[in-house]
Amino acid sequence: MLIFLLKRLGFMLLTMLVVSILLFLVLEINVENLATRVLGQFSTEEQRQIWLEENGYLRPIYIRYLEWIGDMLQGDFGHSTRFNVPVSEILFDRLGNTGLLALCVFGVMVPLALTLGILAGMREGSSMDRSITFFSVLTTSVPEFASAVFFSAIFVFALGWLPGTSGMAQGFNWTEMVLPVVVLVLYGFGYIARMMRASMAEVMQSPYIRTAILKGLPYRRVITKHALRNALIAPFTVIILQINWLLSGVIAVEYFFSYKGFGALLLEASLNTDIDVIQGCAIVAVFVAVGTQTLADIGYTYLNPRIRFS
Amino acid sequence: MTEDAISAERPLPAPRRPFREAVKSIGLLRESWVASLGAGIVVFWVIVAVLAPVLAPYPPNQQIGPLKNAPPMTLAEEGRPYFTDQGMERTSGDELYILGGDNLGRDVLSRVIWGARSVLIYAPIATACAYVIGIAMGLLAGYRRGWIDDVLSRVSDIILSFPVLVLYVVIITVFGPSAINIVLAVTFASAPGIMRIVRGLVLDLRNRDYVAAAQTRGENPWYIMLVEILPNARGPLIVDACLRLGYTTITIGVLGFLGLGLPPPDPNWGNLVAENREVAQIAPYSTLFPCIAISTLVLGLNLLADGLREISMKD
Repeated sequence: MLIFLLKRLGFMLLTMLVVSILLFLVLEINVENLATRVLGQFSTEEQRQIWLEENGYLRPIYIRYLEWIGDMLQGDFGHSTRFNVPVSEILFDRLGNTGLLALCVFGVMVPLALTLGILAGMREGSSMDRSITFFSVLTTSVPEFASAVFFSAIFVFALGWLPGTSGMAQGFNWTEMVLPVVVLVLYGFGYIARMMRASMAEVMQSPYIRTAILKGLPYRRVITKHALRNALIAPFTVIILQINWLLSGVIAVEYFFSYKGFGALLLEASLNTDIDVIQGCAIVAVFVAVGTQTLADIGYTYLNPRIRFS
Repeated sequence: MTEDAISAERPLPAPRRPFREAVKSIGLLRESWVASLGAGIVVFWVIVAVLAPVLAPYPPNQQIGPLKNAPPMTLAEEGRPYFTDQGMERTSGDELYILGGDNLGRDVLSRVIWGARSVLIYAPIATACAYVIGIAMGLLAGYRRGWIDDVLSRVSDIILSFPVLVLYVVIITVFGPSAINIVLAVTFASAPGIMRIVRGLVLDLRNRDYVAAAQTRGENPWYIMLVEILPNARGPLIVDACLRLGYTTITIGVLGFLGLGLPPPDPNWGNLVAENREVAQIAPYSTLFPCIAISTLVLGLNLLADGLREISMKD
């Protein structure tokens, strides 16, 4: 177990190292291009050279990389040209906001998806199963920006029940959280529900469930005491991996509702070629993604006795 | 193979009729209403895209100013001036925008119809490129094993650890938004996932007798991978391709919506939403219809994938 843990952590560190090198190369290997993007198309060759010289871009790439990664490890993510503040100041604020959004999404999505998945997988092929499956395919097919358009048309413009933007201008406001959360939940829950359904359906076919039913246990008890324990193991991984998906999903939703989160920051940085912010955001995103994957792996191994004791 | 074929002097394989086989497999769709519904929706959009020049009542970038932000089924007032490539013209009073006009006075219906074209060109191209690379990687990793497998698997683990859209945003920031870059970004991001599926299938198939037979005949490894193994892995791959085509459609739409997609002014469903978002309160139709269009197309692809999976489970 300890060896497994160390191996997973080692692989996590290796992945992050490789990713940071790749990211650095992709964003900074072509310094000429970089200068043009930051200074604009109409900058002169001379201006670009001065800019490169001033920002230390003319030194060898490995020195720049080592300096960059060193700074980052000390919490210095560089300076945002767009917001004119240190990146770390704005990045962690935004990340906190996205974390809050993610917490709300997970708080709604996970119970909903698990319940629907269990109901569908309990009796495979029943009309309940078919309607839940169809519903989850339907909601997964509507991109976030499209469902955001639909919901704002109904609840913001037609009925006037909810605010159309979630900028939190007058401090935190629950009503502004509703639409982003609903949109993300609808798009994301289908996948978890499917995994839960598949896992449940598989468990329901196993002999020990048949035994439990045949010995006359109430159906409810068979489901809650016998089936769920095993059926919940596989979806656990999927739920944790949804954090990775959420990091992508929030970009469109935060942009649509102008929620001041991490995704909106990355997009704004990208549209304004704010290289330091893009690097910071991407590194943090990968850090979160790889970290959660490792967590999912370790958790899965721990939860599944067949792997834990082998 | 029949008795006759074996006893003949030179054994001939049974004549293959690829066309008839294809027709037969399309007939299988009737087994599942979900698959037929999905296929119906997809075929509908393909026909719309192919016949766009015939179906669209106006050129997609034609602006008729008086119909700016008009609600559906609006007729233009007579005698109002507007500009075309040929110069100024006056409305004759029978210009009709069936789904209304957008914020530049263009016909929403025509733009949605032409938008089907750009989605149905780039999404399949991107998915196909991802498949070519993913299949090649998966075949190599699964069939050759050894260090090739290790390297390819590690590389794909690393790429897959990126949150997808973050990856797209970084790639497009660096290389700029254009059709080719979108295709490349999608290929780069989805090939590893395809590789994983193919590798898993190949690991299962590589120990079959027919592969051993081909090896004994001394066939070229690529012949074995492409002709012996790949066709037998097609079932799950076709289902996955439908799902992936749906994802790619969403991706292209989202990138367009974020302003990182295909450059304007040519219509693309994601761009249409982005262009008209500011006027959504006074003219909601110009954003609603492109959203309905992209949702139905993706729904069609997902239903098709679901139905195909159901059909393949039955056998």
